[in-house]
Formats: sequence, C-alpha cells, structure tokens
Amino acid sequence: MADDAKGGGGLEFHPMDQFIVKPLFGEVGDPVHWYTITNATLWLALAVLAIIGLMVLTTSKRAVVPGRGQSIAELMYGFVYKMVEDVTGKDGIKYFPYIMTLFMFILCANFLGLIPMSFTTTSHIAVTAILGFGVFFAVTILGFVKNGASFLGLFWVSSAPLPLRPVLAIIEIISYFVRPVSHSIRLAGNMMAGHAVLKVFAGFAQVAAIAPVAIIGVMAIYGLEVLVSAIQAYVFTILTCVYLKDALHPHH
Amino acid sequence: MEGELAHIGAGLAAIGSGAAAIGVGHVAGNFLAGALRNPSAAAGQTATLFIGIAFAEALGIFSFLVALLLMFAV
Amino acid sequence: MAENTNALGEVAVGAPPGMPQLDIGTFDNQVFWLLITLVAIYFVLSRVALPRIAAILAERQGTITNDIAAAEDLKAKAEAAEAAYDKALADARAEAQRIAGETKAAIQADLDVAIEKADADIAAKAAESEKAIAEIRAGAMDAVAEVAKDTAQEIVAAMGGKADAKAVAAAVDSRMKG
Repeated sequence: MADDAKGGGGLEFHPMDQFIVKPLFGEVGDPVHWYTITNATLWLALAVLAIIGLMVLTTSKRAVVPGRGQSIAELMYGFVYKMVEDVTGKDGIKYFPYIMTLFMFILCANFLGLIPMSFTTTSHIAVTAILGFGVFFAVTILGFVKNGASFLGLFWVSSAPLPLRPVLAIIEIISYFVRPVSHSIRLAGNMMAGHAVLKVFAGFAQVAAIAPVAIIGVMAIYGLEVLVSAIQAYVFTILTCVYLKDALHPHH
Repeated sequence: MEGELAHIGAGLAAIGSGAAAIGVGHVAGNFLAGALRNPSAAAGQTATLFIGIAFAEALGIFSFLVALLLMFAV
Repeated sequence: MAENTNALGEVAVGAPPGMPQLDIGTFDNQVFWLLITLVAIYFVLSRVALPRIAAILAERQGTITNDIAAAEDLKAKAEAAEAAYDKALADARAEAQRIAGETKAAIQADLDVAIEKADADIAAKAAESEKAIAEIRAGAMDAVAEVAKDTAQEIVAAMGGKADAKAVAAAVDSRMKG
C-alpha cells in the first residue's frame, strides 16, 4: 500500500491517515476496545462541549436584547424550529428536540473536524450509519405506531394509474430502504472526500515549485469545506424532517 | 496486476463524480431559471433545492465511495 | 491487505491502513461513544438549552407585544390630546366669531341710530331750509306782485289813465297765476 501511494518525485500521500481511530493514551498500536478513550472520543466530547458553550453558556444571561453569542443560539433554534415546522407541520414540533440534537451534533462535529490536526467524527461510516439508521428505524416505527397498517400506503401511489401501481410500489420500497444508506453515506462521504482532498493538496505542497498553487488550492478547498460542513448538516436535518413528515402523513 | 486493475477501476468510478456535478449543476441552474421568472416563489423552495442537490450529489458520493473501496479495500 | 491487521485493532506504525472507515475493530468503540455523546447532547438541549431559548423568545415576544400596546396607548392619548386641542381651538374660534359678531351688531346698531338721527337732522334741516326757501320764494313772489302792481299802476297812470288799484291788482294776480 505504501508503494501504491508513492508518486514520482518522492511525493508521499497519506490522505486517509487522518481518519485512523487510535487510543488517546498509550501507544499507537494498542488495541481499541469498546470502552477505550480514543481520539474519536475526544472529538465527540469536544462536540458536546461546543454545543454546551454555544447553546447553554451564551444564553445564561437570558437577555431580552441578545448579545452576539445569544443571537447565534437563537438563530440556530429559530432555523431548525422553522425547518421542522415548515416541513413536517405542526404535529412534528414535538420531535424538534431530537432533530435539534442531530443538527447541532453534525454541525459541531463537522466544524470541529475542520480544525487542522483534528479528527472528523462524522467522516466515519460507523458514526453516520448509527445516525442514519437511527433516523430510519425511529421514523419507520413511528409511522407504524401513528398510522398502523395504513403507513404502507406510503408505497401505494394512489394518484398513479392502477397498472403502474405495483411497479411504483416496488420502486418506492427500494428507495425507502436505500434512504438510510444514502442518508449516512452522503454525510460520511462528503466529509471524507473533502478532508482527503485537503490532504492530497497539502501533499502537493511538498514540492517547492507547485507549493504556492497547492496552498492556494488548500485554502480554496477549505472554504468549500466550510460551506459543505454547514450544508451537509442542513441536508441531513431537512431529510430527517422529510422522512418524519412521511411517517406522520404517509398519504401523498 | 490485480492492484493495477483496481486503480483503473477507481479512476473509472471517479467519472461518476463528474456526472454528479452535471446533475447538481442541472438542479441549481433550473432552480435559478425558475427563480428569476418568479422571484417571489423562490424563497419558499430553497429547501427543495437543497434536497434535490443532496440527492444528486449522493450518487456522486457513491461513485467516490466505490473508487475509495477499489483503492484501499480491494 | 492492511485490513487484516486493522481488524485486530493493531495499526502498524508506518503502514497505511487502507480505509480506516472500514476498520470493523473500531466500530464498537465509535458507536459506544457516539451514543453517549448523542444522549448527552439530547439532555443538554432538551433539559436546559431549548426551554431556556424558548423562554427568552417568548419573553421577548411578550415585551414587544407590551411595548407595542404601550405605544398604541400613548398614540391614542396623543390623538385624544390633539382632538381636545382641536376642540379648544374650534371653541375659541367660535367664541371669537361670536364676540366679533356681537361687536359688529352693536356697532351696526349704534351706527344705525346715528345714521337715523343724522337722517332726521338732515331731513329737519332740509325741511327748514325748504320752508325758508318757500318763504323767501313767497316773499319774492309778493314782492314781484307788488312791484308788478306798482309798475302797472305807474304805467297806466303814465298813459293817462286813472288806475284802479284793485283792478290792476286783480289783473296782475291773474297774470301771475297763469
């Protein structure tokens, strides 16, 4: 593998090294048990601290006229609240805390991952799969609890001509079960791709001749990544809202 | 030999990223065309825009994933 | 390739591990800590942050509503004051008009009386003058008649006739009337 990654001119690319999960304390080669405190644990904890700092500490004054920090917290709240209300309707509001949890976690984890030398927790399929499949199972169970068997009407497109309906039903079922896969791989893939590209550009900076171009490229990609981090959090959240709407109102 | 073939396959899979780029451009361009015709209705459809872009982009990410798997996991 | 070593959780130093994302050996660790993280975030948000922000927003909404109500109150008061001012102004104007009218009427009355008096004076003066003129005229007529009678007598006498004073007088009178 090391030989594969070596280009001509002695360039060494290790774009995937940044995603290695390793124990925070102890040797690099130490085994990773389920309880081991790893770099993933550290950055997950930092995400929690960031959320506490962003949402709790800034609002501790409860000012009627908000300061800078409190404005951000209120902006986040209003943004997600409006999204949930617009997409799922009034009866989706009671799931707002869960969706807010998802949004804040993904947003903070994405942005923390952009800090140089940091570890991007949301770039790991294991993490995003838990999020994606968690949403999938929660929404599916909720749909059956709320609507009973009529939740299956989601797959029976009553507005289509009758002969087409079974075909459409198969397509709908397939797309329904692809949802969690695409939902989780989209987030992980975006994060992974962006950070790997950053590393590749940084690797080009080893050659003095193209270093300026490479560094400008790193800056440009970094700007794009900031955008992607926010957009992916938004997209994950709004798709969760859309799935939730399907569960609450399964009839097209 | 197998490794080289895997790399060629990874390069071919990367074409999918370009295809996804076309798709995303299509979504955004059509949104802009519609938004310029009826700017008052555009603000309410930005969520739909992002969902459309996300769906189009997800398929490109799949091809990227295939490329990565061929590069590192085969 | 490198997967075999990674699956055992042994990341060899210096050897690229392929895709760390597919390293099954670290999944349980990540999932465990992720679940703890999510639960922690959920409790922080749902127990502390979200109710607090909701309360702040509700309080601000209430404050704004109150302020708007107060502003509306003040506006109503200002409008009432303006109406009172307008009414006072209109009253004052009406009063002024009334006073002016009264004054005008009084002056008019005085004027009328004065004019009437003046008219009466003038009429009296005119009557007096007329009378005087009539007297003078009558006096003049008498004088003219006398002179005419005397002249006629003298002429008759001069022509050698004996003038009958009475006849002359009668003739002159008749002549003067005609």
